Amino acid sequence: MARNVSTPTKVGFTIAAWAVALLLFAPILWTLLTAFKTESEAIASSPTFLPQNFTLENFAAVQERSDYFKHAFNSIVVSVGSTLLGLIIGVPAAWAMAFAPTKRTKDILMWMLSTKMMPAVGVLIPIYLIFRDLRLLDTVHGLTIIMTLINLPIIIWMLYTYFKEIPVDILEAARMDGAELWNEIVHVLVPMAVPGIASTLLLNVILAWNEAFWTITLTSGRAGTLTAFISSFSSPQGLFLAKLSAASLLAIAPILLLGWFSQKQLVRGLTFGAVK
Amino acid sequence: MGSISLEHVKKSFGEVQIIPDITLDIKDGEFVVFVGPSGCGKSTLLRLIAGLEDTSGGTILLDGEDMTKAPPARRGLAMVFQSYALYPHMSVRDNIAFPLKMAKAPKEVIDQKVEYAARTLNLGSYLDRRPRALSGGQRQRVAIGRAIVREPKAFLFDEPLSNLDAALRVNMRLEITELHQQLKTTMIYVTHDQVEAMTMADRIVVLNAGNVEQFGSPLELYKKPANRFVAGFIGSPKMNFVDGQEAAKHNAHSIGVRPEHFALNRTATPGVWKGKVTVAELLGSDTFLHVQVEGLGLMTIRADGDETYTHGDDVYLTPDATRIYRFDAAGKAI
Repeated sequence: MARNVSTPTKVGFTIAAWAVALLLFAPILWTLLTAFKTESEAIASSPTFLPQNFTLENFAAVQERSDYFKHAFNSIVVSVGSTLLGLIIGVPAAWAMAFAPTKRTKDILMWMLSTKMMPAVGVLIPIYLIFRDLRLLDTVHGLTIIMTLINLPIIIWMLYTYFKEIPVDILEAARMDGAELWNEIVHVLVPMAVPGIASTLLLNVILAWNEAFWTITLTSGRAGTLTAFISSFSSPQGLFLAKLSAASLLAIAPILLLGWFSQKQLVRGLTFGAVK
Repeated sequence: MGSISLEHVKKSFGEVQIIPDITLDIKDGEFVVFVGPSGCGKSTLLRLIAGLEDTSGGTILLDGEDMTKAPPARRGLAMVFQSYALYPHMSVRDNIAFPLKMAKAPKEVIDQKVEYAARTLNLGSYLDRRPRALSGGQRQRVAIGRAIVREPKAFLFDEPLSNLDAALRVNMRLEITELHQQLKTTMIYVTHDQVEAMTMADRIVVLNAGNVEQFGSPLELYKKPANRFVAGFIGSPKMNFVDGQEAAKHNAHSIGVRPEHFALNRTATPGVWKGKVTVAELLGSDTFLHVQVEGLGLMTIRADGDETYTHGDDVYLTPDATRIYRFDAAGKAI
């Protein structure tokens, strides 16, 4: 199905693609540039593109004012921890739905997904009260639990679609070969689903990393993640654009790098099932 | 040991009844083939024995022990699937060793048994390959190897040759038969191909709509079919059936004559069936004639390969009177 494309069309598409890519990248680029400007340059009425007085003082100020590394550590613990916890619950759940479905399986899947459609504010008060009573407010493990629960529907859905692609014969062969359920999952299902599990893991780490609503409302100082860290730079002290940019850059850098190096897995994860 | 008894086994999927009620006794060391048209429940029956499906009623005994509720892993049976169902992420060696690892066998025992299976099945030089680097026949051998090492009470084969090409199928058929003679383990083999059934089985179970139509040796089924269904299913080409007046002459609702049980004549003979050849299939050894018989319909005749009938020839057919099968209105053999 090779299509002959004329050179002008090719050039046109290339320019359009670059334009769209730059448009999407512009805010990140601007943040990057602003982070290295002085405050006065950042808010200058005629903005400069490249920093005129290249400086690292914003980063120093940010680290000094609110401990970046502590927040980054919390982010890592919460995003990786909640994803692993989610996988531990999600793999058996998706196994059951993919290989031992009942009449209600489809309904349960839809119901799980529907919980993602509800605005989070809708359950803010009950969850806040539960967290207060269980003394989970502003704790890393509390945040990990809530993040696991938020992302569990997506984890199960993704694993379910991957598992559906695995021929059930192979699992039955394992059963005939004397594998109990645990061995069937660990020695046969999981190794065959490694690509799917990897992209589920990546996507959910990113989702948990970027989550802002619950991290900001359920934490104050101790358990704050990087999203809470950025938000602390936004309003109360007037406009400190350069520092805010530096903080944002620091917050997104780890996940940006992770995403960059795992593009292939991510694209496969997001489009899986669209084309066989 | 490996005797298998089914007592009033039933299976329904929701409202749909697949197996109404089956009772069967399979002796230790027997090669039994389940044969029947697609959808007759033969694979379901095998999966019930394997434990991959739960029964809706009845009892399954393995060596006299009630295994109706036991999970597949505990039944001590091995299964070979149509799709081979090899573990794609493991080498051939690991595939064959998997059941032994699950049984927590010591490493020396595993190596020794894998070696033996590989030798038996000519897989020695492929042990370190992955399944995707093997041909269909080799994959099926690995699947059989994986079954052998368990030393199961019985082997279950679910249409294992359907994915292979015709020549390979004949080879594998022989290999499996030889394997049975060598191991003397009970084997249950599911197929829709009656030639496979006839050539491999000690005894054949003919299934239709979830019911056992007949259970007997291949020749018993061929010579003494219990009913019209078995008569039509066993034998290739199929038996010819005649209803109405011609059947009434033999005091039957319908009669059947196998293609090989006719005498052919080119000249008019009184009192025999007259017809015209529509198609002559020349196989070399045999010639299959499709004959439009006046008043009786299309029939298939097996003639000698030297016969030179062609389209449009007149032919006079004399059925062998001693080999006419008679059936009553319900299709039962009289």
